[in-house]
Amino acid sequence: MSDDLTKTIFGRLSLESFPIHEPILVATFAMVALGGVALLGALTYFRLWGYLWKEWFTSVDHKKIGIMYIVLALVMLLRGFADALMMRAQQAMAFGGNEGFLPAHHYDQVFTAHGVIMIFFVAMPFVTGLMNFVVPLQIGARDVSFPFLNNFSFWMTVSGAVIVMMSLFVGEFARTGWLAMAPLSGIDYSPDVGVDYYVWALQIAGVGTLLSGVNLLATIIKMRAPGMGLMQMPIFTWSALVTNVLIVAAFPVLTAVLAMLSLDRYIGTNFFTNTGGGNPMMYTNMIWIWGHPEVYILILPAFGVFSEVVSTFSGKRLFGYTSMVYALIVICILSYLVWLHHFFTMGSGASVNSFFGITTMIISIPTGAKIFNWMFTMYRGRIRFELPMMWAVAFMLTFVVGGMTGVMLAVPPADFQFHNSLFLVAHFHNVIIGGVLFGMFAGVNYWWPKAFGFKLDKFWGTVSFWCWVVGFWVAFTPLYVLGLMGVTRRLRVFDDPSLQIWFVVAAMGALIIAAGIGAMLMQFYVSIRDREKLRDVTGDPWNGRTLEWATSSPPPAYNFAFSPVIHDLDAWHDMKQRKAERPTEGFRAIHMPKNTGAGIILAGLSTVFGVAMIWYVWWLAALAFVALLAVAIGHTFNYDRDFHIPAEDVVRNEDARTRALQSAGV
Amino acid sequence: MSTMTQTPPGAETPVFYDLDEHEHPPGHSTMLGFWLYLMSDCLIFAMLFAAYGVYGGSYAGGPTARELFELPLVAVNTTMLLLSSITYGFAMISADERKQGAVLGWLAVTALFGAAFLAIELYEFSNLIHEGAGPQRSAFLSSFFTLVGTHGLHVTFGLVWLGTLMVQVSRRGLVDANLRRLQCLSLFWHFLDVIWIGVFTFVYLLGVLR
Amino acid sequence: MSAETHHGHAADHAHGHDHDDPHGGAAHGSRKGYWIGFLLSVLLTAPAFALVMSGVIADPRLTAGIVMALAMVQIVVHMIYFLHMNTKSEAGWTMLALIFTAIIVFIVISGSLWVMYHMNLNMMPQMQAEMSSAGM
Repeated sequence: MSDDLTKTIFGRLSLESFPIHEPILVATFAMVALGGVALLGALTYFRLWGYLWKEWFTSVDHKKIGIMYIVLALVMLLRGFADALMMRAQQAMAFGGNEGFLPAHHYDQVFTAHGVIMIFFVAMPFVTGLMNFVVPLQIGARDVSFPFLNNFSFWMTVSGAVIVMMSLFVGEFARTGWLAMAPLSGIDYSPDVGVDYYVWALQIAGVGTLLSGVNLLATIIKMRAPGMGLMQMPIFTWSALVTNVLIVAAFPVLTAVLAMLSLDRYIGTNFFTNTGGGNPMMYTNMIWIWGHPEVYILILPAFGVFSEVVSTFSGKRLFGYTSMVYALIVICILSYLVWLHHFFTMGSGASVNSFFGITTMIISIPTGAKIFNWMFTMYRGRIRFELPMMWAVAFMLTFVVGGMTGVMLAVPPADFQFHNSLFLVAHFHNVIIGGVLFGMFAGVNYWWPKAFGFKLDKFWGTVSFWCWVVGFWVAFTPLYVLGLMGVTRRLRVFDDPSLQIWFVVAAMGALIIAAGIGAMLMQFYVSIRDREKLRDVTGDPWNGRTLEWATSSPPPAYNFAFSPVIHDLDAWHDMKQRKAERPTEGFRAIHMPKNTGAGIILAGLSTVFGVAMIWYVWWLAALAFVALLAVAIGHTFNYDRDFHIPAEDVVRNEDARTRALQSAGV
Repeated sequence: MSTMTQTPPGAETPVFYDLDEHEHPPGHSTMLGFWLYLMSDCLIFAMLFAAYGVYGGSYAGGPTARELFELPLVAVNTTMLLLSSITYGFAMISADERKQGAVLGWLAVTALFGAAFLAIELYEFSNLIHEGAGPQRSAFLSSFFTLVGTHGLHVTFGLVWLGTLMVQVSRRGLVDANLRRLQCLSLFWHFLDVIWIGVFTFVYLLGVLR
Repeated sequence: MSAETHHGHAADHAHGHDHDDPHGGAAHGSRKGYWIGFLLSVLLTAPAFALVMSGVIADPRLTAGIVMALAMVQIVVHMIYFLHMNTKSEAGWTMLALIFTAIIVFIVISGSLWVMYHMNLNMMPQMQAEMSSAGM
């Protein structure tokens, strides 16, 4: 009787759910708990809670939300990278009867968590954060179309990340690999909470991703400054437009697939089971319909960053702007026509495989065109090797190799050799690290002065840069080699001792990357410490070409006191050339949205709902769901969502800027 | 007002700042944003239709579509949804004419038809489950229940929204914000109608023909 | 506003101060439009049900073809008369979004069917046999 009561109250949760017998997890938990307590203590001691709540958590300012997204990405990067180090160490050790230090049960969670975290909670927030910060500034807007929704989207992403992190200490994470392929992820083979953590984390974060996609799309379509036609949009904004089209069109697919998987798990339907007419191959098919566009969702914004960076630091207009735009649009459509190349080996036969092989080879053409455009932009340019430009050059060299191994994988007969091998692992790390991550780092170094008003330290930035680039090659070249020799991915122990040396080298590479991450954190610390020395008062530290550099750094809450009027693709460059004068009087009150705590409350309730569903605590799930609905409906009764920044405040702000510009002699 | 540059019109330097700008009215992106959301919702349904397409014949030795579906019931249900669509249309026309009472009246009628649709659907579902043809029986039934059930969930959500909106309209009247919400719900409601055309055609009619 | 006269042709498309309308420029229906839409959808729905329920046409494939054609037409009718789709609202963006979505819907549904048909054929021959024996 009391057993039933416990089940009703706690669902599947019991004392055994806490992994107190796993020393690695206990130590990690101790560290996280200590760090967490220290952080919370410090926040309380310095009385920062009110500030954080008022100025950041409830903020609807796209710049602050963008920065919070990137902070989330960096924090999760540390977690995901810790998983990577553990895997590299395990594989370097586990030879000749040595079992390594990770039991199978734990190792499988580590590689799953690594993939899930790096894609959904590092790359996605990084990309979304950068778009959020930059796009409204680049199009001369004051905020996004739906500022409250923006805040809500961010907190839903955080909610997903919290759920993933929770699985570390309460229960376990999925042991299925990052796409939770059926039937392994079905209830028969994964009866534990792991896959449920996976499903709910992604579903909740997915709501955020989708809404932020809709939001940015509407912003780009409706909020452009006067004069900015589609072909006057900065190329980063173009890449953001196409990326968000892909987000809005791809994430529903993931939502639907995961919903079907959870129906299989929760109520016993037969979508992906081996019995009852179900078909696990359908899961693979559907999840890759989302999965391939997702690849482009990650890489296109990085392409946008590189385009801006290369053009700025070569002091030239971007070569082939129009072809860049058409390449983006072609990629947008084609990315929906290649998904089967992820499972050539599943047996669709020659006709299907050749169709998808050919479309895959075709999609590499627009991408290749972009590389040439960047090189022609640099050609005879006056190149300044600042940090963003260094990342851009490293990207071009690294990414081309990743792209070419991708074309190798696109050949169906060859893919039967490469499939699921370490060659594949090396390939996608080559494009995701060498493409997405380098792009995001270039972006952070490029736009940091805009966000905070001072540049990043160049010495530590350079150290970090070389560690990352060298570390990447040392870590992944051996995986290419091993893959060609036929070593498959996700193995925990190895028999053939001749392979060990390659894994040891790869582990060294991972350590060099770790140094790169350390140097990056050091770069942030040193830059914040020396911020007065690195200060930029002009708002245009790189001699930029697009509108975000027309305003102060950091920009005021309203971004632009007067909407800029655009006459040229490189609008700010044009304004500087033609000596446009910044208006210094006639300021008016500016209409802005109010901050609100509704987003964080809704996301918090979603977290509770997700966790309750994971642990079968039905009463709590029902309660959280009702509360969610009540808060959401309650929020719609609030009609008073905007206010005006008084003209005096704008005047004070803009006068200060006028004085700063005069003192800087601009 | 727009002479903030010292250069006279027609000279080399054009206007670079809009000194006399009009505010974006609040919610000027709402309709577009909501339409984009609907497009994404459409893709959720596309995947469910794809699943039904693939699993439509996977009866696993269980009952087939022809044995299970009762077309007269589906026809009645379709009628309910169609009627609710036109009554919502009348609510929108009343809103354009700023007749608050008529808006509330037509919304109530729409809600009634919507509720009738849901009741019939639940009746159909419970019948199927009692006959042992629940969603667990076969992949065919899993995909059937998921597709039709997701549509039903959307209608349920639409009814909740409709109720909320009726309260808001009666409290605040037909202010701009409420008109915008009525229009969003209009898109949502008619969009569900379009999905239902797909459902009764591809699931029921073609299922019976199969 | 003289600012407007200076920025040249692109200005009108890009931004415009033309959306002061609280409905964001969405099209409106008329009572007549709703009635036409309703009558047309009745005229398209009823024959579809009648064809299948009565079984007048012996060939189920032909029936299926007609029913699907009727559904396609009805979707267009609903789009025009109930959702007020046209190429003008929101400067054509709603139409563009709709066309793009239609393309993606077509790709994912037909692609899935094509891919899964071949998968089943090659990898699960016993399932095909089961299906055809159970289905027909």
